[in-house]
Amino acid sequence: MSMFVYYLGLGWRSLRRNPVLTALMVMAIAFGVAASMITWSVFRVVSGNPIPWKSSQLYNVQIDNRGPQYNEPGNEPPDALNYTDAVALMQAHKAPHQTMLYDIAPSVLPQNANDLPSTTTGYATTADFFTMFDVPFKYGSPWTNADDDGHAAVAVISDALNQRLFGGANSVGRDVTLDMHAYRIVGVTEHWDPKPRYYDAYDNMEFANPAQVYISVNRAVDIHVGMAGRNNCGGAPAHFSNDEQWLHRECAWIPFWAELPTQADAERYKEFLTAYSAEQQQAGRFQWAPNVRLRNVTEWLDHEKVVPAESRISLFVSIGFFIICLVNTIGLLLAKFMRRSSEIGVRRALGATRREVYAQFLMEAATVGLAGGVLGLLLTIVGMQGIGLLFEPDVARLAHLDMSLLLTTLIVAVLATVIAAFYPTWRAAQVQPAWQLKSN
Amino acid sequence: MQIKPILSALRRHKAGTVLIALQIALTLAIVCNALYIIHQRLAHIAEPTGVDEPNLFAMANLWGEQYTKEQAAAKVQQDLATLRQLPSVADATPTDGYPLRGGGWDNFITMKPDQTAKTTDASVYVGDEHFLRTLGLKLIAGRDFNAGEVQNMGLRESTIPPVTIISKTLADRLFPNGDALGKSFYSMSSTPTTIIGIVDTLHRQDVSTWSAPYTGQSLIWPLRLAQPLGVFYVVRAKPGQLADAMREAPKALYAENRMRMFPAKDGLVNYQQIREEAFERDRGMAILMGIICAVLLAITAAGIVGLTSFWVGQRRRQIGVRRALGATHRDILHYFLTENLLISLGGIAIGTLLAFGLNLWLVKTFSLGFLPLTYVLGGMVTLVLLGQGAVFAPALRASRVPPIEATRPA
Repeated sequence: MSMFVYYLGLGWRSLRRNPVLTALMVMAIAFGVAASMITWSVFRVVSGNPIPWKSSQLYNVQIDNRGPQYNEPGNEPPDALNYTDAVALMQAHKAPHQTMLYDIAPSVLPQNANDLPSTTTGYATTADFFTMFDVPFKYGSPWTNADDDGHAAVAVISDALNQRLFGGANSVGRDVTLDMHAYRIVGVTEHWDPKPRYYDAYDNMEFANPAQVYISVNRAVDIHVGMAGRNNCGGAPAHFSNDEQWLHRECAWIPFWAELPTQADAERYKEFLTAYSAEQQQAGRFQWAPNVRLRNVTEWLDHEKVVPAESRISLFVSIGFFIICLVNTIGLLLAKFMRRSSEIGVRRALGATRREVYAQFLMEAATVGLAGGVLGLLLTIVGMQGIGLLFEPDVARLAHLDMSLLLTTLIVAVLATVIAAFYPTWRAAQVQPAWQLKSN
Repeated sequence: MQIKPILSALRRHKAGTVLIALQIALTLAIVCNALYIIHQRLAHIAEPTGVDEPNLFAMANLWGEQYTKEQAAAKVQQDLATLRQLPSVADATPTDGYPLRGGGWDNFITMKPDQTAKTTDASVYVGDEHFLRTLGLKLIAGRDFNAGEVQNMGLRESTIPPVTIISKTLADRLFPNGDALGKSFYSMSSTPTTIIGIVDTLHRQDVSTWSAPYTGQSLIWPLRLAQPLGVFYVVRAKPGQLADAMREAPKALYAENRMRMFPAKDGLVNYQQIREEAFERDRGMAILMGIICAVLLAITAAGIVGLTSFWVGQRRRQIGVRRALGATHRDILHYFLTENLLISLGGIAIGTLLAFGLNLWLVKTFSLGFLPLTYVLGGMVTLVLLGQGAVFAPALRASRVPPIEATRPA
């Protein structure tokens, strides 16, 4: 321990001896680590697993309902189901839990008649949605499967909407008016905003503001609650002229999820989907062989390319930048260490072992790394203020500074510098005591 | 200047030489690609929309009540009459979106009704007979819509109107011979739509990379949205009265019917805001790449200064000997400049390979364009100049080493 402190002191004195060289190294490391950390802070959110404890049990379902000529490369079926298939899978009930959903954006009528109506966003879905995706409740609970079967006019609202409409009081049992229709509130969620919003990546809602209202899909379809999400009719002629006809055509717009606890369950479910498609083929609805996909949360996020290309490129470029900074540091450390050949020679002649020379110089490098890390931390904090300039607001507001980011910054800076110092240190340890003494 | 002694000297400083060369190589690879990314993003931002941006604004009007098709059509007509009467407003049109809105409606285009693979894709705009005039589009062939051609379009009606006006880019794509006017095409329907007019430029609604191959391909159909959800109004203010019009329009519409909503996001936006939002990603990318390029070049230069200074310090005695043997200041200066040039050239050779390698990977992974040679050439020149500039100060110091140094111990 005393040697540790001694080397630290030596390192500090040596750094003060060449302030310009030291400043150069510290700045290189600081800029490199700050650029990497700022882009990492965004990347870790957009590439994160939103439901790690369950992501391998939740599966998105795709069924080819339009035929290979309209599919994406790789005979990739549409990314969502049409209404017919979604309802059929719900009724088949082959998974312990399954849910279908679609985007809605109803107007909400204020409690006070003098206020103006305002916009909300949310989902028409089924009771299983809340259990499958682990939605936390503040008041009440989800509606029940019986409510779904009975096409009940029930709603779950978010904490934020509850605050807006009821001042945060327990509103379970009260009514909310959406698009001029009344719904009975059965539950109020806690603030719940998984990022990326995997279950609705289809509508490009990965980074959207949290949903505020959920209603039962059967009721929503009955009274034609408008679909506010993405409607993909493919390239086929549409053949519909009103809402009712559209509902039963082959447009894809319903994300469908199944909860399948084990791998075997998933395989069985895929067999079921294939059998279902074969049935449709026999019935003459599909003129092509069964073509289905079953992807769990991480596979689905990958497939939907949820991580913006910008985030990936900037992370890679920043890391490249950091590597250049490290190469720079290796060169400067080499210069710094070799300039002290005679000092090393004297120390070696006085009995210092190679190992001790290693310890001393790595310690010195670590001091540089720590200084670089601290400056890098400041640059990261400053950079995070300007992150809105670099990334779109939806994504930028997700990035935040926390203890883990601060610690990572310091650790990465010190570790990288110590690794960069291996070669210069090795060169320093090679110095022959006799040769150095002689040349003096 | 003799190159051979420099080379043999470099051989005695392998590590330093390799490190500088490597740094130059990596810098070249990253700077070329980063500059190319900046160029592409800025080009995207600079794409013209073809509309009268300084005087336009858009309103996302969502209905607070559930209207039938007929009710909605009447409400839209009433709103338009209100808007057009405002003293600050020149004209207004109901539509499904506007250029650069992001996302929006687009259709596959085919030349025959039974064709399954698309010929291309077009961004779809709908509007009434005021659409061209409101947006300030330049009609270069054919005619505008007349009031009789405009139909109401209810929810989920897939009626394809018999006539359309298309952008010149789309016309040229479908009919390369320049004879598009009067011709027809199909768009996800079994009935054709005939081109009655061509406008000069009309940007797509979508700005994502998916749309890149179809840039500038747009069509307009004479349809008035009469749907329960709502409608966009694009309003053209009289010159210089944009701010007034943006203040008066929502007030007038609320006064007429308060059961409506203008969402906080995109409810009321002028083109400056629309542009800012549409190109957020591109602007951010350009800024970040710009910062990284600048800092990278600075750090590489600083690294060269640092290592060369070290070498100069290390070789004071040798320099002294050379000076004592008759080398001039200029000879010493040239020696270090040439040494740096040789290292730079080595770094650039590797860096060129790395630059194209990195570009290939970016092309494959992020569908970036192929790096033009000019960028690499520009990068090479920049790095050589940077190296020479960085080495100049230490080299100058070296040239001032007095011959007397030869007699001092190292």
